[in-house]
Amino acid sequence: MKEYFHSIRIDPEKCEGRMKCLRVCPTQAIRVRNAKAMIIAEKCIDCGECITVCPHSAIVPLTDPFGELTKFRHTVAIPSPALYAQFGREILPEKILSGIKNLGFDDAFDLALTCGEVSFAIQEYLREYRGPKPLISNACPTVVRLIQVKYPELIDQIIPIELPRELAAREIKKKKSKQLKLKEKEIGTFYLTPCPVKMISIKQPAEKGKSFLDGAISISDIYGPLLSAMEGIKKGSYRKALENICILGVGWAMVGGICRTLRLKNSLAVSGLGEVLKVFDDIERGKLRNIDFVEAYSCAQGCVGGSLTVENVYISYNKILKLIENLEFEQIKACPDIREVRKLYKQKYFFIKGKFEPRPLKPLDKDLAKAIKKRKEKEDIYESLPKIDCGACGAPTCLTFAEDVVKGEAELIDCIFNLPQKFTDLSLELSELLKKPACLSQTKSSPKKTSKKGKTIK
Amino acid sequence: MMSNENELSHRFEINGRDFSNAGRASTSIKEILQEIGIDSSIIVRAAIASYEAEMNVVMYAHRAVLTLNVTPEKLHLKLEDEGPGIENIDLAMKEGFSTATDEMREMGFGAGMGLPNIKRNADEFEISSTPGKGTTLKITICLDSTQKK
Repeated sequence: MKEYFHSIRIDPEKCEGRMKCLRVCPTQAIRVRNAKAMIIAEKCIDCGECITVCPHSAIVPLTDPFGELTKFRHTVAIPSPALYAQFGREILPEKILSGIKNLGFDDAFDLALTCGEVSFAIQEYLREYRGPKPLISNACPTVVRLIQVKYPELIDQIIPIELPRELAAREIKKKKSKQLKLKEKEIGTFYLTPCPVKMISIKQPAEKGKSFLDGAISISDIYGPLLSAMEGIKKGSYRKALENICILGVGWAMVGGICRTLRLKNSLAVSGLGEVLKVFDDIERGKLRNIDFVEAYSCAQGCVGGSLTVENVYISYNKILKLIENLEFEQIKACPDIREVRKLYKQKYFFIKGKFEPRPLKPLDKDLAKAIKKRKEKEDIYESLPKIDCGACGAPTCLTFAEDVVKGEAELIDCIFNLPQKFTDLSLELSELLKKPACLSQTKSSPKKTSKKGKTIK
Repeated sequence: MMSNENELSHRFEINGRDFSNAGRASTSIKEILQEIGIDSSIIVRAAIASYEAEMNVVMYAHRAVLTLNVTPEKLHLKLEDEGPGIENIDLAMKEGFSTATDEMREMGFGAGMGLPNIKRNADEFEISSTPGKGTTLKITICLDSTQKK
């Protein structure tokens, strides 16, 4: 089976096996083995819930260190609009962008304009589309992965329009390489990310194409240095940065931002993985076929709620709303030129290169008859378990434990409720041995077996 | 019920007017089928058919038992309900025909698509009803690709 790249790593040194991650994982992708958490790559959708919940910071997002910048002749930072919601209200995007430049990037590019263009492109796509509805936004890579794994039938309903950050990186490379007479690969484009999943969408795009971005730097990593770098920057000193901004695009940082800015009547916006699951179940049942567009984010409130952000999510959500108001006051242009967008849309400028493919989980067995048999075994095992989902066996629920046993990845004895039985068996075995002391010297196999089993229950 | 090694069966109880639990059976059915590796296009057909059947019970009947049986060749869904039954089955099978109340329509149901939708997703479809007693619905979806619709 093909290896999946994941943006989340567990540091075994730091992990104390406290199992918080085990319980919070929405796809039951974590197991605790020998007191250390591990991730089942096939099941993980990189939502980052485990990162937030780990009390020992043992689960680390695999974002790029700052040092990566030196590999390129020219570097451009592309911050997620969620970055704008991390600071005080008086700090406008122009100041943040100029602060980023002070940090050592050669340039900082505001993504909001591209977001606005993509919003318009989505509108065009919605107008032309005649297939099953609703169409689903691809803005959240976790949601795209969730569909690949759990809702493969909805895959053709994912909007195949390229993400703003990818389009921006693609265009920046083209433009800058001409301007600076450099090769495209000498220009490093870095996304400042609110969540770890953006990292995998760069290393391993869901549609199997190649990302135009060279890396992602966590907003939480850059936050402190950026605060210092912004000191002393006066308002208006980086006015040029605002030329690129558009109000329509700032909304991409929060749930409902796309629907709101496009004023889509027949759309809905959902955030938080649990809620997303409910909505997708309804889509699959055909209950939402009258809805045109669904915007879904794995994090509560959208990207402002990403696990690599700093500000309280509700505060930052409000800040985005406030920022939209402020920008209106500063007379920033509300949206990109729609005629220009339409022209580019016709030239296929906005479309993704690859295709979204399903990534269904491995069944219990490739052979259906055997899979049916295993499924029945799983049920029998489950019926024998206490069904309290204590997690002591290392699996998040009794049901997942039963599945692990059927798959041969766990043993029934791993359930602590099976221990008394095991002790009884062992003591019987021991007393048998004591009765026949002679056999100890004769056969080596049986005492060996006892000690091995004794070890497993330690 | 006959139970052999190659047959997986599940039983779900559905209660009339229990809107808050409506959809649970079809979600479980989908999960079971995913686990045993059934093709996703078939899963969707089974999920839609069972969901519509479930909703019919919730909206019109008192209670029902939905049974799922899967063998390597076929998937059977059987729904037996206790309820008012259907007076005129031919009429009920017509697209757009519905006896739904305004309240049900407000919730997005009662478009008269339920039974036709179930039939459309099934390879075999059987319905029988005794007015005043209840309705029995049997559908089969072929899993063996050679027998597919």
